[in-house]
This record gives sequence, C-alpha cells and structure tokens, in this order.
Amino acid sequence: MEHIVIIGNGIAGVTAARHIRKLSDKKISIISSEATHFFSRTALMYVYMGHMRWTDIEPYEPHFWEKNRLELLHGYVERVAPEKKALYFSDGRSITYDKLILATGSKTNTFGWKGLELPQVLGLVNKQDLEKLERVAPNKQVCPRAVIVGGGLIGVELAEMLRTRGIAVTFLVREDAFWTGVLPKGEAQMISRHIASHGVDLRHGTNMDAILPDEQGNVRAVLTTDGEEIPCSMVGITTGVKPNIEFLQGSGIATDRGILVDRTLETSVKGIFAIGDCAQQREPIGNRPPVEAVWYTGRMMGEALARTLCGTPTEYRPSHWFNSAKFFDIEYQTYGWVFSEARRKEYEVHFHWRHRDDDKCITVAYHRDTGKFLGINTFGIRMRHEVFERWLNEDRAAGYVIQHLREANFDPEFYRGYETEIVNAFNTQQKQTVL
Amino acid sequence: MSTLSRDMSIGGQPPQSLNIQQKLATLLGIMGLVILLLATFNVQFPNKTLWLTLSLSAITAGTIWFGAASYLSKHPGIKNDGVFFKSVSHRGFWGWVLGIGLTIFYILLYFFPEYLGLTREGDNKGIIALFDPLSRFLSGNPASQWFVYGTLYTVAIFAFGFKFIWKYRHNRYEILRTISVMFFQTSFAFLIPEIMARLNGTLPYYDLKNIWPLNYYNFERYRINAFIDAGDIGIAMLIFGVLSIFVITPVLTYFYGKRWYCSWVCGCGGLAETAGDPFRHLSDKSVFAWKVERWVVHSVVVFVTLMTTAVIYSYLGHDTSKYWLTKNTFLLGVAGLLTLVFVWVMVFKRAQLQKDAQYGAIGYFVIIMGLIGFHFISGEGNVFLFKAEALRKTYAFLIGAVFSGVIGVGFYPILGNRVWCRFGCPMAAILGFQQRLFSRFRITTNGGQCISCGNCSTYCEMGIDVRAYAQKGQNIVRSSCVGCGICSAVCPRGVLKLENGPLQGRIDSQDILLGNDVDLMKVIQSPK
Repeated sequence: MEHIVIIGNGIAGVTAARHIRKLSDKKISIISSEATHFFSRTALMYVYMGHMRWTDIEPYEPHFWEKNRLELLHGYVERVAPEKKALYFSDGRSITYDKLILATGSKTNTFGWKGLELPQVLGLVNKQDLEKLERVAPNKQVCPRAVIVGGGLIGVELAEMLRTRGIAVTFLVREDAFWTGVLPKGEAQMISRHIASHGVDLRHGTNMDAILPDEQGNVRAVLTTDGEEIPCSMVGITTGVKPNIEFLQGSGIATDRGILVDRTLETSVKGIFAIGDCAQQREPIGNRPPVEAVWYTGRMMGEALARTLCGTPTEYRPSHWFNSAKFFDIEYQTYGWVFSEARRKEYEVHFHWRHRDDDKCITVAYHRDTGKFLGINTFGIRMRHEVFERWLNEDRAAGYVIQHLREANFDPEFYRGYETEIVNAFNTQQKQTVL
Repeated sequence: MSTLSRDMSIGGQPPQSLNIQQKLATLLGIMGLVILLLATFNVQFPNKTLWLTLSLSAITAGTIWFGAASYLSKHPGIKNDGVFFKSVSHRGFWGWVLGIGLTIFYILLYFFPEYLGLTREGDNKGIIALFDPLSRFLSGNPASQWFVYGTLYTVAIFAFGFKFIWKYRHNRYEILRTISVMFFQTSFAFLIPEIMARLNGTLPYYDLKNIWPLNYYNFERYRINAFIDAGDIGIAMLIFGVLSIFVITPVLTYFYGKRWYCSWVCGCGGLAETAGDPFRHLSDKSVFAWKVERWVVHSVVVFVTLMTTAVIYSYLGHDTSKYWLTKNTFLLGVAGLLTLVFVWVMVFKRAQLQKDAQYGAIGYFVIIMGLIGFHFISGEGNVFLFKAEALRKTYAFLIGAVFSGVIGVGFYPILGNRVWCRFGCPMAAILGFQQRLFSRFRITTNGGQCISCGNCSTYCEMGIDVRAYAQKGQNIVRSSCVGCGICSAVCPRGVLKLENGPLQGRIDSQDILLGNDVDLMKVIQSPK
C-alpha cells in the first residue's frame, strides 16, 4: 500500500489527508512538532481572549483520526532525504515514504532588529507563540504595556487580544494608515480610527529601531527610528510571515522564498509536493502572489493535491480571489481584486462609500474603460461569496453590481440595508465623473 | 491566582474583576433576593406590598443595571471576552453554587412547596404569603407556589432580557427576538391567564402559547370539563389548543423553522435565552451527546403521546353521551394519524433521514401500534399495559418536574441553558422533526469563507457542531436548531445566516463553493 507522509498538520496538510482518505485506501501519516491534533490557526486569538478553550478550536474530535486511519506522528523533521525517500527526526527516529507532502506553513518574518532574542519578544503564528504569550503577558500586572510592530492582520489580532486583558498597547505601523499595502486609503483610515477607539496607542509612520533590554536581560523598551524610547514588557513582531522551509536545506528540493512548485503542486523532486503557506508557485496565478499565506488557499491546494495523488491529475486552479478578516468589531470580506493605492493597476478605478457611523464601508473596483466589475471590499456588511463568484464569472459591470447589491447581502435578518444609500452615492459619483 | 484552568492547555486569568457599578448592581439584586429569602424563613414583613415591591424592584433594577454596566461603555459587538475564565460561566466555584442553589429551589418548588409557605388550610406563610398582595391584585386569589414561580420567572426574563439586548445591541435579529420573548412571557404566560381568571373564574389557567405536548396536561379530564363548563370561551380555547397542534404550529414551522416558537415565543426558551445566555457554551458538542439527544428526546415524544392517549382514552365513554368522542373513535383516530405521518415520512422523506433515525421511526411506530393493539386484548379497566393515571403521574414527575425544572433550569451553570429543550422537550422534538423534513428554514453557509475557528459550535446552546457543516460549505439543517442566531452573530467572518428559502437545494451541498475553480469542484463531486 502506498504510504503518503504529510509534514505539517495545519489546514493544508489535514485537508489533503482528509481528501486522500475520501478517495483512496492509502496509508497516510501526518507529522507535526507543533500540536498533537489539528487546530484552527486563525482561532488562536480566541483562546487567549477566553472565548474558547484549546479543545474548542480543534475542528475534529480525537476519535476522528483513528476512525479515518490517519496516523499522527509527533516530532520535528530535521532532514529530508529524497534519494532514500526517508525523513529523519530531531530525536533520531526516521520513517520512509512513497509520496511526500510538505505543508509546513509559515513562521514570523523579522527584519534583523537588535534584541529579537530577548525572552519577551514573540510573533503570533503557532501554538508555541500562544503559550509564550500566556507566560509573558498573562495580565496587566505582569505586562503593563506591550509594543506591537507591524500593521497587518496578525498585529491587529494581537492588539485586540492584549486589550481584553487590560494591557496597554502601542502599535507601530510603518505606513500612514493601517494595512495600506492591501487596503485603499479610505478603508485603511477607517480601520485606523476604529483601532484607536479601542484604546490602542496607534503610531503611524513609526518604525522600530531596536528592542532594549534591562540588566536582567528582559525587554525594557522599544527604540523607534525617531529616537523615542517606549517602555514596555513585551514586543509583538507582526511584520508578516515567511515560508517555514529551513529544514530543507541540502535536500535538493528547489526553493526560493518558498518551496517551488508547478501547477500540480509538485516540487523539483518527483513524488514530493508542497502545499499551503510554504509553497511558491513557479508561475504566479493571475494577480495572486506566488506565495499565498492564506487559510483558504491552503485548503484549496490540499483538495487539488488529493485528487492528483489519487489518480486524477489536477492543477491548482483557484477560482476568484476571496478573503476575510475581522478588525476588533469590524468584519471584512473581499471578493475579486481591489488594490491599494500602492499596487493599483493603471486601469483600476474605485467607488468608495462609507457610512456616517464610520464602522461600515465598501469599495468597488472596476475597469476605467469598460466599467467591468473587478472586485469589492466590504467592511461591516456581510456579503455572499456565491453571488460575487457568479458576477465575476459573468463579467458584470460595476453599475450592475451596485444596482443589485441587495442580492448579495448576507447580514442577519432584520438588519438595516444600505443599498439605496450606496446606489445614490454611486450615481452621484458617476455624474461627477461624466461632468 | 492560578493561571491554569481545568480543561485548558493554555489558560489565562479573568480579564478583569467586576467594575464598581457591576458590584453595586450585584449588591442591589442580592438585597432583593435577601428579602425573598427572609420571607422564606418566615420573617414577618409588616407591609407585604411594600416589601414585595422593594424586593422585585431591587432584583429587576440590579440585573438591568448590571447589564448596562457590563456592556454600554463598550463598543457594540461580540462580548465573549473571558467567558472561559469566569468562575460562574465556566463551571467554577460560583457556577456550582448557583447550580446547587437553583436545584434546591426547584426541588422545594415541585416537591416540598410547604417549605415555601404553602398551606392547605388557612393563609399562606413564608415567601408565598409575601406574593399574596400581587396575586390578589391580578386574579383576586391568594398566591400559590406557581404564582411565586411565575412572577420570578417573568422578572428573570424581563430583567435579563434587557441585559441580553444590550449585549447584542448591534444585532437587530437578537433584539427583536428578545423583545418577543419578553412580551410573550409577560403577557401570555403571566398577565393574561391571571386576568382571565379574574374575569371568568371557571376557566382553567391557560397560557395560550403553551402548546401540547409541552403543555402535557392540557387534555386531562378536569381541564376538558372546565373548558366545557366555561361555555363558548372555554370551547374556543379548547379548539385553539387543538388547532395550535395540528394547524398553527406546522404552518409557522414550515415558513420559519421551529425558531418561531423556541426562541421567539416559548417561555422555557425565553428563560434560556435571557437568564441562561451566560451558560450557552456549556452544551456538549460531541457526537456521542448528539446520539444520546436523539434517543432521549424522541423517547419523551413517544412517552407523552402514549400518556396523553391513555389519559384521554380513560375518561372517554363508549357512546357519545359523555363526550362527543368515544373511546374507539379516539383510539382509531390516533392510530390513523400516526400511520399517516409514518407513511408520509417513509415514502417521501426516507432519503433525508439518517439510518438510525429510520430505525428509530420504525421501532417507535411498532411500539405505539403494539400498545394500542393491547387495548383490544386487555379489555376494560386497564388501558394499554398500564393504568393511565400511573402513566400520567410518572410523566409529570420525571419529565414535567425533574427534567424540565430541576435539570432543565437548575443545571444551567453545569450543563448549559438548553438541556431541557435539547434532550427533554417533546414539543421541540416534534417541531424539529418537521423542521428537518418540511420547512423553509436553514442556516446558510457563505461559500468558502469558513476558517473553522469554532465560535459557532462553542456558542451553540443546542450542542450542534455548526463548524462541521460550515467548513465543508454545507448549509445547516438540523432538527434541534432553535434559531437563536448566535452562531451567525459570533462568526468573525460573516459565514452564517439564518434564513427561509425554497425547499429545493436546502440541504444538499451540490452548490458548495469552497474557492477552487468550478471545473475542479465538478470533478471532486463526480463519483470516482
């Protein structure tokens, strides 16, 4: 029986395993050094916030793995030897495989600051990070103030987490508003205001220079490039993530930022595949970055690879881009492509509407010449994935999408609708453009 | 203080202890309760009206103030910070104290009302006496233990309703639903029956929204006689009771799912959704619990059907001189109706039922038909195998008192707030059966947006593993879902929506869209 070994039990690896089991009888082993069972990485924050226990963020009950004959191995793979089809663990064990799936995910991206090695410096990517956070910042007595560096999705989560325990947070954001690498200005500024309204000391245009220790070698303060010292007991590094692939050095598997894969997710070595955050497409797909560190893409790659391994060669062909997040109380969804000012295509035009309460807004991107709908960002209003998938497939015009926005609304029943207001704003803007 | 909590690999400390306002509000509420407690121990209050007013006002105001102090200073949004760190909401010391206290109250209420001051002859004593002025004001009669209970129950739904509305003040579905249960409890369950008793003394106490089989005693002989004796209005109420079961309930459930009742109207649901809200995450989500649920709750349905049939049968006559219905017509009618439902399910809905549900349906059907068959063998005196009265007493004790009261509410802080609704309520089971098979209601999953975080499953008071469906892109159509809407509220990614829609494509996940190219989805769905 063919033995498929998966390194990594995150969403990509576990989705691959589940689908291989659905489609075949192969022997499947999943290796992890992080956690005994699969958990939802995106839910780490809720454990610290007391919304859920650890067991609650595990999507499957313990008996699931045995019932589906998914063998779970706990250990750290130190070396991959493709010529022997063998894996060597840090504790001296080794196993062999017929097919290997690398789904090792991401780790915190840092920029070589001084003081990174101090015990109260952490990212928020894995279970160990959460355990460390619990030790370093259990409450505001032990940790009166934290500094977070890097204005992205993980940074705002960490800020929200720390605020639930009354810990003061200074949030250093390089740009002049939150996440402007991705969000258009109007949205980024609204989210910045919302973050600040939660008592976060948000510092735009501020960079960290170094982390300063005290005599005991603990974090004492953060020094900004402007020369300001911000006293703190903990530093959160949330300047993005990078593929977790160091252990592949010398294995002969080609890597760049991530593990290079073709469209069937196969690496440079036959029979070895890479999926999820650690994979890098040799040829980027559409507007997608070559390394996609997103829950959903990990899941899609896992599904596609399972097909390939079970006899139906299947390329990873993601449909239209979508993503979601939540910034404190404001939910965010995106369908299709809406680029920030920094990355906006030369043909891309935006329609932006913001509610007077400053907690809801949408941005619709469309083609300057054809009026074709390119994508939507929605904040504080839930919208239907299925409907936007359809409209994008049908090449609808932005005007059509905005006129029919009610069909896409996914807010709970009895919620106020904002469609009329949005349509009026759009018509006004169109008239102005024409004039 | 320990940083590790039981059952957590990683735990934390409470985010903060109560703030000053919350402490003062708690003190106020406790002062109101102390008055009740003193009354229970027969402390004589000189002016009962004044002290009862003081007590109930303090409890209500304290609770509402606590809610305001908890939520109004914060942003509108989800307020689950520290739920698993708090002693009272995570089966800690205060959780157990509360659970044991409530349980003792229910045991006294159901089995030892004399300790609450109920006296057979003469004036009431204790806490019941304290409520006499209010009862006399409403119905003209002295209070009973049930009046005390009903009043406190209404106060709880009303006061905690405010707290709940403030907690979810960003969510109009939750606000309207809560106003609805507050209204139905205050009017239908509490005021209207008392006032009707004042207007027409012969009418039996009737909470019109309390439908058989939840109201398992509605067709007992003394009530039927009372309805008939009360003339037209009594007959009208009796007809309404029957119509509720066979017409109103199925129609509303078809259009809106069972939520129209369980989380918009029902008193048990009302208490669970308001006072019980802080305990919703304590429900057991395991597959095992789901199995137990299905067996237990459907057994209760069988039990109540048998019991009611037996009770009605026992007082009907052989000819139409006593009642319009005769023993045989009635029994044949019941058998016929059950057969109709059974055949309909087996013929049209078989594919939608899981295997064990089919076994269950067949088994139960055989039992019921078998027992009815015994009638023709067992002859007079005995109804079925048992005496009807014995069946009724057993049901009233086991289900009516122990399950719905002592366990159902007393164990809120231990087993969660919907234990009764999930494992015990025959009404919920019947509505759920219809919801599963013949209703427009479903919880829609928003394409591929689920991140498997587990908030939905954790905060499902009915113990449904919502995430298991959502992460596969499937809609959720479960008989137990009471439509409280909290899974949708707590979802951080906007994945879940309660809605009513066409039956076509309600359950099947052919249209699932997890994000891969449509061609690929077709490939995956085609048989290998």
